[in-house]
Amino acid sequence: MAVKTLTIDDQLISAREEQTVLEAAREAGISIPTLCELHGLGDIGACRLCLVEVTGIAKLQPACTTRVAEGMVVVTNSQRLQNYRRMIVELLFAERNHICAVCVANGHCELQDLGLAVGMDHVRYEYLSPQCQVDLSHERFGVDHNRCVLCMRCVRACDEIEGAHTWDVMGRGTASRVITDLKQPWGESQSCTSCGKCVLACPTGAIFRRGSTVSEMERDRWQLDFIVTAREKKQWII
Amino acid sequence: MDHIRLATVWLGGCSGCHMSFLDLDEFLIDLAMKVEVVYSPIADIKTFPENVDVTLVEGAVANDEHLHQLALIRRNSRIVIAFGDCAVTGNVPSMRNPLGSALPVLNRSYKEIADINPQIPSNDGIVPTLLDQVRPIHDIIKVDMFLPGCPPSAARIRAAVEQLLAGQATGLSGSDLRFG
Ligand code: SF4
Ligand code: SF4
Ligand code: FES
Repeated sequence: MAVKTLTIDDQLISAREEQTVLEAAREAGISIPTLCELHGLGDIGACRLCLVEVTGIAKLQPACTTRVAEGMVVVTNSQRLQNYRRMIVELLFAERNHICAVCVANGHCELQDLGLAVGMDHVRYEYLSPQCQVDLSHERFGVDHNRCVLCMRCVRACDEIEGAHTWDVMGRGTASRVITDLKQPWGESQSCTSCGKCVLACPTGAIFRRGSTVSEMERDRWQLDFIVTAREKKQWII
Repeated sequence: MDHIRLATVWLGGCSGCHMSFLDLDEFLIDLAMKVEVVYSPIADIKTFPENVDVTLVEGAVANDEHLHQLALIRRNSRIVIAFGDCAVTGNVPSMRNPLGSALPVLNRSYKEIADINPQIPSNDGIVPTLLDQVRPIHDIIKVDMFLPGCPPSAARIRAAVEQLLAGQATGLSGSDLRFG
C-alpha cells in the first residue's frame, strides 16, 4: 500500500494512493460540501459541489473523483469556490419546485443543509417552476420529481448495491428525469424488488415512504453502509 | 435615541409570520420601548407612511396590488426585510406557478368547485388581478435582509430584530437560514 503526501488547505497530509482527495480531506478533519457522493456508491462527480483548486491544474477538480498524488497542493475553501458552491445550490433550488414548508424531507434534507452550509439566504436566479409529476403507483414508496436534484444516488444504489437497476435517467438538461424501468410507473416495474435502498439513498424529499407527511421523512442511511461493509469486508458491523 | 419607525406588511401569505412575531411574547414589551409601529395589519392605519426606518414584508407577490404596495414600501423605507419564506422564495403561494397562469387556479376555485353562481370575481379597481406567476419580493424591489422560515420562529425573528436595533443588519447565518 503506497502512501502519498499532499497538502490540503496548508495542512500536510498522508493518504493511501487509492484514496480520493475527498477521502483524504475527511480523514484529516477537513470538510468539503458534497451531494452526489454517498459512501458505498461509486463516485460520478455529478453535482460539482466538491470542486477544489489543485495547484498546476487550471480547471477546478471534483474532490470525490480526483485521486491523491504525491506533492499535490489542494485548496478546498477559497472565496472563488465558496461563490461557485453557493451558485450551484441556488441553481438547484431554482431548477425544480422546492417548497420546503410542505416537503416530506423538511428538516432532514441534504439540499437544505447545503443551503445553510453555503450561506444561502435567498435564491438570486429566476425559478424555472417546471411541471413535474409525482408517481404514487408503488404500494410502499413514492417519487416526487419536484424535489429531485439528479444526483443519481437512487440509480447507483439500485444498480450497484441491490443489482436491480430499476432506476435510470432520461432526457437532457433541465428536461432530465429519473425513470423506473422504461419510464413505466414505478408500481408496474418488473425489476424493482421493493428493497427501499433508493429511499435510503435519496438526499432530498424526492423519494419517500408513502404515508410520510411534512418533515416526517427521515432515513437510516447507516443501513446502506452496513450492507456495503458486509459485502466488502465480510463483516456485519456498523 | 429616537424610536425606530417600524412597519409590517402582509402581501400574499397566510399571516403566520405575523403570528410568529406576536410569539416574541415579553420581548415585545422591550421592543415597544424602542420602536414605533407606524403601519401594520394589526394596527388601524390605512396608508403606508413616509420616512419608515424598517419594513418587514410578509408574503409573496401574487397580484397587481402587491406590485403597487412594494413600490411605495421601497420608496418610503430605509430597510426592507423579506419576512418569511413566501417573501423570500414565493413558497406555498408559488405552487401554482407550474400551471403557467392564474386562469387554471381561478377556474378551479370559482367555477369548477363552486356550489352556486360559478363565476370568476372581477371588479376593476376593487378586486386585485392575480399575476400569472407568483414571485419573491426581491424579484420586484431591492431587499436589504432575508428572514426565512415558514414561519420564522420567534427566536429567529428576535435575532434579526436585535441586529437592527444594534444598527448592524449583517444578515442571519447558520441554522437561521433554513427554509421551511
Ligand atoms: S427536497 Fe429539501 S430543499 Fe427541496 S423542498 Fe424538500 S426540504 Fe426543501
Ligand atoms: S430521486 Fe433522489 S436520489 Fe434519485 S436522482 Fe433524484 S434526488 Fe437523487
Ligand atoms: S460530491 Fe463530488 S461532484 Fe458531487
